[in-house]
Amino acid sequence: MTAEARTGALRPYIAIVGVRFRMLLQYRAAAIAGLFTQVVFGLVLIMIYEAFYRSAPAAAQPMTFSQLASYVWLGQALLAMLPWNLDAEVRTMVRSGAVAYELCRPIDLYGLWYARAVAQRTAPTILRAAPMAVVATVGMPLLGLGEWRLSPPASLAAGAGFAVAIGCALALGCAISSLINISLLWTVAADGIVIVTTTLVSFLSGMLIPLPLFPEWAQAALRWLPFAGLVDLPLRIYTGHIAIGGLVPVLARQLGWTIALVVLGRWLLGRGMRRVVVQGG
Amino acid sequence: MPQIVVEGLVKTFQVAERTPGLWGAVRGLARRTYRTVRALDGVSFAIERGELVGYIGPNGAGKSTTVKTLAGILVPDAGRCEVAGRVPWTQRIAHVAEIGVVFGQRTQLWWDLPVVESFELLRDIYRVPQARYERARDTMIALLDLEALLDVPVRQLSLGQRMRCDLAAALLHAPAILFLDEPTIGLDAVSKLAVRDFIKRLNREEGVTVILTTHDMDDIEALCTRVMVIAGGKILSDGALAELRARVTRERWLTVDLVDAAAAIDEADATVIRRDGHRVCLAFDPQVVAPAELIRRVTSHHAIRDLFVENPPIETIVARLYAAHGDPG
Repeated sequence: MTAEARTGALRPYIAIVGVRFRMLLQYRAAAIAGLFTQVVFGLVLIMIYEAFYRSAPAAAQPMTFSQLASYVWLGQALLAMLPWNLDAEVRTMVRSGAVAYELCRPIDLYGLWYARAVAQRTAPTILRAAPMAVVATVGMPLLGLGEWRLSPPASLAAGAGFAVAIGCALALGCAISSLINISLLWTVAADGIVIVTTTLVSFLSGMLIPLPLFPEWAQAALRWLPFAGLVDLPLRIYTGHIAIGGLVPVLARQLGWTIALVVLGRWLLGRGMRRVVVQGG
Repeated sequence: MPQIVVEGLVKTFQVAERTPGLWGAVRGLARRTYRTVRALDGVSFAIERGELVGYIGPNGAGKSTTVKTLAGILVPDAGRCEVAGRVPWTQRIAHVAEIGVVFGQRTQLWWDLPVVESFELLRDIYRVPQARYERARDTMIALLDLEALLDVPVRQLSLGQRMRCDLAAALLHAPAILFLDEPTIGLDAVSKLAVRDFIKRLNREEGVTVILTTHDMDDIEALCTRVMVIAGGKILSDGALAELRARVTRERWLTVDLVDAAAAIDEADATVIRRDGHRVCLAFDPQVVAPAELIRRVTSHHAIRDLFVENPPIETIVARLYAAHGDPG
């Protein structure tokens, strides 16, 4: 190659993330609606857990109520980062056959779709997370619900560890998102796969019920699944439920799963593209 | 060596057959029957650098399948295919960096973005250096008259405007080969002329090899020195437009405007194929009866206001070619 080779291997991918990101930032109404829903959801969850905590001795609980409240709020704030839906643009492309153009681009197709997933997972999260954090940290005490607030991280180290773990959770979430998008090549609609993934992800990641509250027998199974890396592990680092010394195994679990799912995704995409009959002749 | 070589290309698709009705749908859950469609059945051709080739055929003939194979999108079941010395599907990334593709029925522009932002995104995807990008962009803006469209989101463009932008988008990375799949489909007359004019200039002035599929025979007549006709996955004809004509029929048409609309024309060596008031169209074979002789005979028997001799339109030629191979669209 000539001079172009030097202009950065990542340039196409960064451009895709940038442009999708800017487009998704335009969905402000969806962000406001999402914010409202998630504040209500967070409140309901905390109310339920408070009832449970009151009816049983606090000492017997696997996490303190303050840890639990922070866990619930952070989980709600990061909802959009979870791989629970399709990229509507990819679905339209597969349906209309415009996906043919994706194959005419001189870049790695998995990389292209992963870049789309990065934009899809970050843009709405950034729109929602900051206002959620304000509502949960400042708003709750103002309403006289200080016990229900989002507390600061357990320590400075826990905060830093959380930031790293969230980065890894994003990488893992994008690998799962890419898998959902790739499944379109077989199903065209992928509605069934989305329903299954949404259920699995929201239930097994800690989004609905913090994973430490699951029964003992379930813990072993959860430990071997990828979903804890999406929500549970980073949030437990934040709240100090996992001491900062336990950060390395957490990151290893997240990155191990990310690599495995990226390899799987690449393999599936290769097969899917070989069999795909581009719609519309 | 030719720039594009295709030999014995075969591609079959499995199409799931559905029995109609509720019972059919239930049965389909348990057992699906598949029908094998041979989209390409031994297609061979070679194209030299700088050619402008028209590729025509009825719907489902295998045109798009051929283009998609050449573009590296589809992997054929058998046969050889090399474009600029590369096998499109095994060296996909290197291959697609040097070709441009336009699928007329779909856009490669980003629906919600202003046109110029789509261009910039393509610049980054193809890793075109800024200076070269600006040069290509400005040329396209001038040739395709895009200045007023640059800041308009793609969804607000008319079909003709969108097609001009799509053509520009396919050429920003200065490809040596351009594949156009029905680039004039659905366009109004003015837009069609603009698109044709642009394709012609691109081919003549830049030496870009163009392969164009179309149903519009005017595209072919206006642009292509060479036409390939495909039907049922097989190439029926490949050559200059005049050769195609000669192969299918020698027939020529004599159209006369009679003074007397009721007069009956009865010529032994010509057949009346159309009659519309004063105007009569006669088909004849110039090797059986010379045009001058036929005109002399007609004018000696009838009072005539006007007459002209022409070749049958290319549509008729192609329709006959399809019909002769028992596979009309």
